[in-house]
Amino acid sequence: MEKQINGAQIVLQALRDNGVQHIFGYPGGAVLPIYDELFQQEDIEHILVRHEQGATHAAEGYARSSGKCGVVLVTSGPGATNAVTGLTDALMDSIPMVCITGQVPTHLIGADAFQEADTVGITRACTKHNYLVKDVNDLARVMHEAFYVATTGRPGPVVVDIPKDVQFAMGDYLKPTAVKHKSYQPKVKGDMDAINAAVDLIANAKKPVFYTGGGVINSGPQASQLLREFVKLTGYPITSTLMGLGSYPSADRQWLGMLGMHGTYEANLAMHDCDVMINIGARFDDRITGALDKFSPDSKKIHIDIDPSSINKNVVVDVPIVGDVAHVLEDMLRVYKSRAVTPDKKALDSWWKEIESWRDRKCLAYRKDDKAIKPQYAVERLYELTKGPDTFITTEVGQHQMWAAQYYRFEDPNRWMTSGGLGTMGYGIPAAVGVQVANPKGLVIDIAGEASAMMTMQELSTAVQHRLPIKIFILNNEYMGMVRQWQELLHGGRYSNSYSEALPDFVKLAEAYGATGIRAEKPSELDAAIKKMVKTDGPVIFDCIVTKEENCFPMIPSGAAHNDMLLADDQGLEVEVSDEGKALV
Amino acid sequence: MSEQATATHTISVLVDNEAGVLARVIGLFSGRGYNIDSLTVAEVDQSAHMSRITIVTSGTPQVIEQIKAQLGRLVPVHRVVDLTVECESVERELALVKVAGKGDARVEALRLSEAFRARVVDATPESFVFEITGNSEKIDAFIELMTPLGLQEASRTGAAALARGPEPM
Repeated sequence: MEKQINGAQIVLQALRDNGVQHIFGYPGGAVLPIYDELFQQEDIEHILVRHEQGATHAAEGYARSSGKCGVVLVTSGPGATNAVTGLTDALMDSIPMVCITGQVPTHLIGADAFQEADTVGITRACTKHNYLVKDVNDLARVMHEAFYVATTGRPGPVVVDIPKDVQFAMGDYLKPTAVKHKSYQPKVKGDMDAINAAVDLIANAKKPVFYTGGGVINSGPQASQLLREFVKLTGYPITSTLMGLGSYPSADRQWLGMLGMHGTYEANLAMHDCDVMINIGARFDDRITGALDKFSPDSKKIHIDIDPSSINKNVVVDVPIVGDVAHVLEDMLRVYKSRAVTPDKKALDSWWKEIESWRDRKCLAYRKDDKAIKPQYAVERLYELTKGPDTFITTEVGQHQMWAAQYYRFEDPNRWMTSGGLGTMGYGIPAAVGVQVANPKGLVIDIAGEASAMMTMQELSTAVQHRLPIKIFILNNEYMGMVRQWQELLHGGRYSNSYSEALPDFVKLAEAYGATGIRAEKPSELDAAIKKMVKTDGPVIFDCIVTKEENCFPMIPSGAAHNDMLLADDQGLEVEVSDEGKALV
Repeated sequence: MSEQATATHTISVLVDNEAGVLARVIGLFSGRGYNIDSLTVAEVDQSAHMSRITIVTSGTPQVIEQIKAQLGRLVPVHRVVDLTVECESVERELALVKVAGKGDARVEALRLSEAFRARVVDATPESFVFEITGNSEKIDAFIELMTPLGLQEASRTGAAALARGPEPM
């Protein structure tokens, strides 16, 4: 038997044994023993955030850009409740995260003690799993289990709540190899009969489309490689969700752009008119499907997903395959090749012809302006001047997020970090902090809106302290742009509380934080200003003043079908949205 | 999908008997808007710390499939079986039923309880508490019959159920 160590030391040893190099956190009374141990070691670097929500989003950015598990350390009570938004965000977007929360000593649990909150109760619905560790001898096992659960199957956040007395108590350490879970055993290999049935459908398709999502990215770089190979081999068109951008190179001709509410005309019409839909690691989210009863009415649907509960949840599919994308694609490619399939060239040619006619609609075109910077133009120029394999983009949530998804282009996975499922304003700055920690040499840019950026602006202080040269590129229109757009389209142009009357001077704000502020107000000065931002060593706030009332198009209005899109040149037309549609979000 | 008919299903779930496991299951049902008609839980294997949760729920086939999948992905859940469609099963519920009355009503209550094979577990000159076991429909019927005879209150366990035949689930 090895000599006993205290709970805080067990936590640190477990972090080391699970390969953790960085954690994001904020100290407080109930985690002081763990912080004391952190102080006395050098293997694990702690990044001190300014708010616990920042720690969780930083861990998400870290995880999504590196493929590793993000780790968070916060105190009891408010520390834990502040982490709830980021935990929920990670759950919705399937991001592996272990969040350690301090808790009041076991004998005070339930006594409404100072900084006590029922953390496992509060986080039960926003974690993949959570634990309250009441006995120090369970601690090592629980820590290893937490990493195993967070990173395997459909990844997600796991909370380990550790009372302060357990952190002080002496106990035995147990190596990770000694831990095997009794009931949790996720399945990675797909059923071969289903894979064969899928290949039958794919081989005989006349109007196929690949519809890919974040699952490809979560599955790892090999999944993206296999996807590329499969798509090339078939010659079929491919589109992707917001979460899946980068798994297939946007420069390729077979790439139709993003689909969904603000997706491209060609992607959405291909989804609507296809005869075989190959869903790989996406979940038929409502942003993607629009009106369910009109969703791709004539297609046979294949659905690869590691989570059995995603199958037939929103859309009933013909061939479900439960498994990990890389494993399933490997088997599928092998079967496809072994059958020496030749796709129906004639049918495919006419399908592509149809798609090209949609593409010719140039749905992302917008009217240029000499005097004012259009937000679309700003993102286009940003892309041209910053693109490269070492560039990482995070976003906040709103119009700028959609423009970033439409006009920035990605060739590789793990370069695009955005809050997709939960839609968390304030995600981008702390996520950029996490991305920069994982990729110290990368160019990390948060494409932001001024309203979202204000929600977690304090994390700029984290970036300055830890010398993380993140660039916060704000498309500043002084509105909560997406809220304003919906108010324009659905609420008679009554802009209820969507205008920010008293914004700070972002250049001075940057300087106050010890960062650099840059402003661009005219298209003529944009390029030089972006180049200056890239050359600046430390963190930057770029205040890009854009046209105020630009709308984000294309758009599928709520409750409408894919073939019922609004395009930019429809502007000014009365938008017809059903009462049912208005009630949707 | 919404046109599909709803039906009642009995779902048996084997779980690790750890703190919070029942809250996870109930939270899943309330959070996702599923119905719980009844739910019973108790440890069934002390050495392995396993409990069985029996849930009677209702929904369309698609909803029932979702419920099973959602239950299955909870970390402490070992097995989920829909006893209504996956196998033949037996289902029993226990109820305690208090009836107060005098004269003919009292005699009639006692006579009916014998017909239902209920047992008297408490008696006073003016009341009985009957213990009755059976499937839920039988207990419904018994309570309905007792209503005009002086039914005061009832306590029901909810359904416990097992698959028929020699194999464990």
